[in-house]
Amino acid sequence: MNQTRKHSDQLINSIIRITGYSSILFVLLILFFLLREGLPALASTPLKTLFSIRWYPIEGYFGILPLILGSILVTVVATLIALPFGIGAAVYLSEVAPPWIRDILKPIIEILAGIPSVVLGFIGILVFVPFIRKFLDIPTGLTAFTGAILLGLISIPTIVSVAEDALNTVPNSYRQASLALGATRWQTIWDVTLPAAKSGVLTAVMLGIGRSMGETMAVMMVTGNAATMPIHLNALFTPIRTMTATIASEMGEVAAGSQHYQVLFLIGIVLFLLSLVINIFASLASTKSRQRSERLLS
Amino acid sequence: MGYMRRFLIILIILILTAGCTPQPTTNDTSVSQNEYIENKGSDTIVNLALAWAEKYQQINPGVRISVTGGGSGTGITALINKTVDIANASRQIKPEEMQAAIAAGLSPQEFVIARDAIAVIVNPSNPVDHLTLDQLSKIYSGEINNWSEVGGEDRTIVRLSRETNSGTHVYFLESVVRKGNSADKTIFAADTLLLPSSEGIIAEVRDNPNAIGYDGLGYITDEVKILGISSPDQPDNYVIPSAETVTNNEYLISRNLYVYTQNQPTGAIKEYLDWIFTPEAQQIVKELGFVPIQTH
Repeated sequence: MNQTRKHSDQLINSIIRITGYSSILFVLLILFFLLREGLPALASTPLKTLFSIRWYPIEGYFGILPLILGSILVTVVATLIALPFGIGAAVYLSEVAPPWIRDILKPIIEILAGIPSVVLGFIGILVFVPFIRKFLDIPTGLTAFTGAILLGLISIPTIVSVAEDALNTVPNSYRQASLALGATRWQTIWDVTLPAAKSGVLTAVMLGIGRSMGETMAVMMVTGNAATMPIHLNALFTPIRTMTATIASEMGEVAAGSQHYQVLFLIGIVLFLLSLVINIFASLASTKSRQRSERLLS
Repeated sequence: MGYMRRFLIILIILILTAGCTPQPTTNDTSVSQNEYIENKGSDTIVNLALAWAEKYQQINPGVRISVTGGGSGTGITALINKTVDIANASRQIKPEEMQAAIAAGLSPQEFVIARDAIAVIVNPSNPVDHLTLDQLSKIYSGEINNWSEVGGEDRTIVRLSRETNSGTHVYFLESVVRKGNSADKTIFAADTLLLPSSEGIIAEVRDNPNAIGYDGLGYITDEVKILGISSPDQPDNYVIPSAETVTNNEYLISRNLYVYTQNQPTGAIKEYLDWIFTPEAQQIVKELGFVPIQTH
């Protein structure tokens, strides 16, 4: 009996280990595939062409700068929109809301997370695009700003659920101690609970940024996809083209192995590197804050 | 816990039975009764191809035709990869695509199945009714940026186009932006909005008085205004696209629509293509706003 228990335990252990390692394997395989398909672009396309400001691949213009800057602009603004709403909602759910409201709100936020982005894009075209054009009195509502609003909406549920989980892991004794010292509820939230959950909240924000950066369909539908350089002040209110929208709309057409195909994979590498940088920053920030909080609390 | 276990058991049963879906029984005596034709390509043609497929399957219940869009380039790429039997294209196959097809052991055959006019559309509230080809070219290449330069209100022009993988985009580039001059290397202005679908263009033109767009005549709805276009030979003769003006070669921006097959068509594919050239099928062409070709 004991023998079989031991064997089944070992078996399950090794299965779990394999699933754990497999995620590393998948990342490595994806990276390998991206590099194999994308790096030849550096040989076939001069750097001067790649870092030019015009993207019109069917005539040999392969400037990826407007696409990179377009993605960054939309992501940054989307994060600025999603951050206050996401963290605020998480704090409300975890610290303020009475249980019955939390029981209603949590499923609703989960439904928001489950809405396919193409549906949000459709709503964006029908509602946001005309509204933003009229409200801001700009030539077209298909702008970076419209995309950023939609991306904000898409990343809020991610931020809320991860940040709320992080806040929930803060021991209740912290809050009680803070309140016992005479701190108000807000002071407790701002100075005790949030700092104690800092690493989890940061992870939530980074996941939100990653979600925005990688989102494709909604962005493709509402940003106008004009590959202009977003460097002037009102670029937020003009059409832009993101890296993801470019890959999605052009990959179906290119012949495998062609120069255009290679450059699209190179854009994939750039996206991969950007999300890698975000993740590295996230883990640096979270370990640093953990060290600090551990020092404070010991 | 009991829930979880029951769920797991159901899941396992589902996984085990997933492979047990009834396989289509291959019956040697009725092979032609169960033909399956895969058809993919141009979004311009997709509605027409769907209407044809629907009608043809009524007449020939043994044939099943699946139709998907995605763009001319997508269809031809799928044809080269041998994942479809028929590729729909709103432009001719490119030399490099032909080379790739030959390298894949195919010899693609071309058929002109209908003609299409590209209508240039604006918002109904826009006072501009017509443009010369030259003005249209300058608008899309970024030389003209305000409606007042072509007799309209003082509004910024918002240029709308289909994505670069669309045959309509390539046709418009060659015939309008470059005015048919192949040595001309003009391209679309960088701030041209590239929209992924015909519906996206119609929706934006319907809502936005600044916008100008173009699309196949079959996609144009009543909610937008079609502009008259004049040719360089007769700059004052503005022509509205219609089946008649296309057939008479009066309307300038019109083109052939193609289908390509992997090789010389045989069997069910040949029968289907033969049917497309019958008056019955060409009537559907007319009903959908395209221009029928002379049937034989």
